[in-house]
Amino acid sequence: MRTKALIALLAAGALALAGCGSDSTGGSTSDPVKSVDTSTFEAGSTMAKLAAAGTIKIGTKFDQPGFGLKGLSGAPEGFDVDVAKIIAGAMGISADNIEWVETPSKVREEVIEQGKADMVVATYTINDKRKERISFAGPYYVAGQQLMVAADDNTITGPESLKDNPDVKVCSVVGSTPAENIKQYLANDSQLVTFDIYDKCASALRNKQVGVVTTDNVILLGFVAESDGGFKLVGDQFTDEPYGIGIEKGDTAFCEFINTTLKDNEEAYNQAWASTAGAVEGAAAATLPPADACA
Amino acid sequence: MDAVTENFDLFLSGYWTSLKICLIALIGSLVIGTIIAAFRVSPVAPLRWAGTTYVTMVRNAPLTVLLFFFAFGLPEIGIRGSYWLFGISALIIYTSAFVCEALRAGINSVSSGQAEAARAIGLPFVATLREVILPQAFRTSVPPLGSVLIAMFKNSAVLGAFGVGGDLFSVSETLTSARGYAATPVLVGVAVGYLLITLPAGAFLAFLERKTAILR
Amino acid sequence: MSGGLVLYDLPGPRARRRQTMLAIVAGIAVLGVIALVLYRLNQQGQFAAQLWDPLVNPSDKDFSAVWSLIGNGLANTMKAAALAITFSLSVGTVIGVARLMLGKWSRMPVVGFIELFRGLPVVISIFFASRVLPDMGVNLSNWPGGEGLWFVVIGLTAYNSVILAEILRSGVNALPKGQREAASAIGLSGMQTMGLILLPQAVRIMLPALISQLVVILKDTSLAAVLGVYPELLNSAKYIYLNLNNPIQSLIVVGTIFVVINWTLSQLAGWVEQRLSRSTRSPGEETDDEAHYIIDTAEMRQ
Repeated sequence: MRTKALIALLAAGALALAGCGSDSTGGSTSDPVKSVDTSTFEAGSTMAKLAAAGTIKIGTKFDQPGFGLKGLSGAPEGFDVDVAKIIAGAMGISADNIEWVETPSKVREEVIEQGKADMVVATYTINDKRKERISFAGPYYVAGQQLMVAADDNTITGPESLKDNPDVKVCSVVGSTPAENIKQYLANDSQLVTFDIYDKCASALRNKQVGVVTTDNVILLGFVAESDGGFKLVGDQFTDEPYGIGIEKGDTAFCEFINTTLKDNEEAYNQAWASTAGAVEGAAAATLPPADACA
Repeated sequence: MDAVTENFDLFLSGYWTSLKICLIALIGSLVIGTIIAAFRVSPVAPLRWAGTTYVTMVRNAPLTVLLFFFAFGLPEIGIRGSYWLFGISALIIYTSAFVCEALRAGINSVSSGQAEAARAIGLPFVATLREVILPQAFRTSVPPLGSVLIAMFKNSAVLGAFGVGGDLFSVSETLTSARGYAATPVLVGVAVGYLLITLPAGAFLAFLERKTAILR
Repeated sequence: MSGGLVLYDLPGPRARRRQTMLAIVAGIAVLGVIALVLYRLNQQGQFAAQLWDPLVNPSDKDFSAVWSLIGNGLANTMKAAALAITFSLSVGTVIGVARLMLGKWSRMPVVGFIELFRGLPVVISIFFASRVLPDMGVNLSNWPGGEGLWFVVIGLTAYNSVILAEILRSGVNALPKGQREAASAIGLSGMQTMGLILLPQAVRIMLPALISQLVVILKDTSLAAVLGVYPELLNSAKYIYLNLNNPIQSLIVVGTIFVVINWTLSQLAGWVEQRLSRSTRSPGEETDDEAHYIIDTAEMRQ
């Protein structure tokens, strides 16, 4: 971490020496955006500040395969991570100069409010309660909640059949939105089993301790692909989960910049999807949804 | 404090769940802890080894690791059960190691004349322990036992991450991450919930400590 | 009880024979259970090379990455634990002395502080450190090691300092009354009595207990992972099994590391205890018992 900060500092210094108008091409070849003119940013805007600093702090999950998972080498990988890199790249910040901040679900708002991250890309569903404290750019992807069962299970066909089978345990993550959503379909509260990460739900389904795992379909597809035909998805998706990018409340200019950047880089966006969460069998190609108005 | 007042019933049910978990675990760990303590001072060497191994393994591993092996190791070797059962069993096993050590220290503090007198009147090992030593040991062990049990109540917070839902800590997770409440008031609410148990328990212990103090 | 409490008569030849038989039977039973467990695990494919190789086979491509992750986690765990024990010790001494020296009413705030932090789960203490301090304008991000380390250290210190204060207090209380009286008789002030006579003896008695408390602190660093503020050992295990899909194997390895380190520390505590009881055997049998009692129980107060 310290060396990373040092590199960031050196890079910032180099940028300052070279003058603000210079465009940084970044060191990493995997950067989705090759060269940017950062001089067009309005003075005082978040983009101008970040571009001048040459470094950005981005909050993401470190334990969500397909979206944000810290690899063995230390850097996080996944769709959220790649989307974040596209946006950072548009400000002339290379992937090497991004400082990744681990952001579990329960502290996402805090991380933004306290300025521990300049933006949060962490399978972050846009909703009104959260908008009271922060602002969202995007959505950049619309997921939906679905059910995953063992491949040889024919009793559970969708959320409606859960009430009729009260002995079938349903697994999700403690305190998550999917865990809240599924409650209305359950016969009683004890039908719900919660863990701290979805990976444990998948293990529980494999050793038949639970009958169903529920969360956003894209996360489930990752487990289906990993299971070698052991799991399958059933029923239609019964919620819409628009993933947004969390930023400081009221930063409209930054929000619009993010939305424009994503629209202008659809190719990079599609490629990011195809090489991460979209790489699993059965995942549909992602299309960038129309952005909400920035407020 | 809207977060607490608006969700008071949720807090209450979480409080009740935590309390229930702890009452069961309390009884379980006292029983098993006493048995293991008896093992550790018994005349049968293999029992002593078993007791020592048990305490060494359990006491030195984090509770999370123990919980993991109960929740995912047992099904893997064909033992099935509810996560409620697995979670509470792990908590009992973990706590019982500490109960055992508290009791053993208590047993050690009973003066040797007591055991010698018991043997002199012909009591066998089990009767010596049950009729003479343990009643005195329990009294000496009250303060450390109390700390162990208070710690257990706080440790029960970890169960929420291992398939046992609805306890006080899970409630705070639900409110902060799914429903987007600010974390500070929610955690103040949870902290107060814990203190409502641990403070009176601490006071009761201090009282018990004075009541049962043995003058030697 | 250093002499050993004899709860039973020494077994005679027949009892010894019976015990040997029992040991053999029990041994066979335990081996049988272990064999069954291994058999079942094998049936489930838990011994597959691809699950174990990254952890145990140096020629595996992930081996070095995995072990550098474990090494990092271990270093972080040790760092946080070492800092937390140091701070807990100094803060705990101050609190403990304050509780002992102040009058019945003026020590109320101290007692309140102790009761408050003894009753709060450590997770919540750490969370408050990471949340309330920044709100109060305390910026720890420039401190060496990063703010995550300090949140953990502060949260652990808040809890463990009051535990250590209580251990120290019982240590002082366990000293014979004559010590305090003799100190007063030669004209030492209250503070001098505490600093020169009572504390050195109490600390000496409590040294093993302090080491044992390190075991608890070491384990409690893993609670930080719940909040995602600090990459310690258990957190490393999580990243390993999320990347390689071998949760049971990773946790066996990391769990073993925890047990070995903590066991070593416990042994160290035992060794220190033995050395001290040899060099300070006091004529008063009660105080000796009392000291032992405290040493034996201190490590359970977590």
